Amino acid sequence: MLKKRIIFILYYGDSNFYLSRNFRLQKVGDYNWLNSNYDFSKISFYIDELAVINVSKAPCYEDDFCATLKELAKKCFVPIAAGGGIRTFEFSKKLLMSGADKIILNSVLFENLPLVEEVCGVFGQQCIVGQLDIRKINMLSYGIYSNSGTFHIDNGFQRVEKLDFTGLVGEWILNSIERDGTGQGFDFDMLNMFSRNISSPLVICGGAGNASHLVNGLKNSRVDAVATAHLYNFIGDGLSNARKIILNSGIRLASWPKIDIDFLTA
Amino acid sequence: MSLKVTIVDYGMGNIYSVINAVEFLGKKAILSSSANDILKADVIILPGVGSFGRAIKVLKNSGLNEAISEFVLIKKRKILGICLGMQLLAESSEEGGFHDGLGFIKTSVNRFNEGLNKKIPHIGFNEVAIPDEPNRLLSGIKNNSDFYFVHSYRLSDREINGTKFLCNYGGEKFIAAYEHENLFATQFHPEKSQTNGLYLINNFLKA
Repeated sequence: MLKKRIIFILYYGDSNFYLSRNFRLQKVGDYNWLNSNYDFSKISFYIDELAVINVSKAPCYEDDFCATLKELAKKCFVPIAAGGGIRTFEFSKKLLMSGADKIILNSVLFENLPLVEEVCGVFGQQCIVGQLDIRKINMLSYGIYSNSGTFHIDNGFQRVEKLDFTGLVGEWILNSIERDGTGQGFDFDMLNMFSRNISSPLVICGGAGNASHLVNGLKNSRVDAVATAHLYNFIGDGLSNARKIILNSGIRLASWPKIDIDFLTA
Repeated sequence: MSLKVTIVDYGMGNIYSVINAVEFLGKKAILSSSANDILKADVIILPGVGSFGRAIKVLKNSGLNEAISEFVLIKKRKILGICLGMQLLAESSEEGGFHDGLGFIKTSVNRFNEGLNKKIPHIGFNEVAIPDEPNRLLSGIKNNSDFYFVHSYRLSDREINGTKFLCNYGGEKFIAAYEHENLFATQFHPEKSQTNGLYLINNFLKA
């Protein structure tokens, strides 16, 4: 049986990790900070997937981002998706050469379809994650926004349905701008904006503040994976405890044994 | 003498994580696109993600297909194909037209059947059945352990020599892993399957 997934997201740019709340970024520390405060190899043992998002606007930080991605990948034996500000084929390729298995595309989905086709043609559909930043407009309607949540896409949901049909995108992350970083729980009403079933797996993101939020997400039949970027709420024992709570709630997650690596290599 | 591991680099996909896993297990690996490095190796790993047609074309244009065939069929040394690397070991694939594969595993690569119970691509951790018969690749790993898959095409389950490890996705069984003599292959990514995968790679390196 295919298991649902827990994805942990790290925001990184200009040599620092960030927390995001309603798309406003707060600097929390650099790579050494992450490692001295949180043992990253321990975190990665309790997640099914990692996403690393570049929040720097300056292209000169591409190499720094890739270098950090490489370091993270050394201690992480789960799939890694990376993206944020991807505008060129070269940057996509660089991310894949730095430890990413998939790349996350956002604005170019609406602005540069030939690039999406090119990446898909070379690396395959399964390599492309489409991230949709979604803002609630009123009680009944939502809009999709590109460029870090600043630019409204007309008929966004219809365009995504069309893109989904073309088979260029392997999975979709639906990220709520209102719930981002608030810890209020996921916004499942966003899912109703699609008029038909989306064929690629759906990841829900934005708002998870505790284990029961993750449980609600995983219990939703339309959701294939839950994502959280809440560094403070889920770090330390947070993720291992959350995983236990989720398993106790009857949801089946993937499992793997704690084994002594010395035993393996002896 | 330490084991010479060559990871075949033919420009397709996430080779970095394969090297990471091998090095984590205390072995040195070289990444190479030269036929010579393949023929000098004790074991080779053929990774890869992306489209079959493009990959087989790259292998043929560079002559790496002949080096790999010599390594496997004449030198009889061990190969581990991962994901697209496994599919390339099969006889053929229907991905984007009909393409011949390297032909070591006597089955074809086909797309998942469309079905109500499944989304394509097959993405995430899924269970792999381990038969009772003795095997090397998944030895010491519990039956129905979880491994990470990400693919739309898969090896069709046929009666073939060797040990097949099957996975069920939405009611459809396919070959998730395979071993026969010096041939080893996984459709899933052991380098992305936490300790289950590290255990498997270690089994391969020791087999």
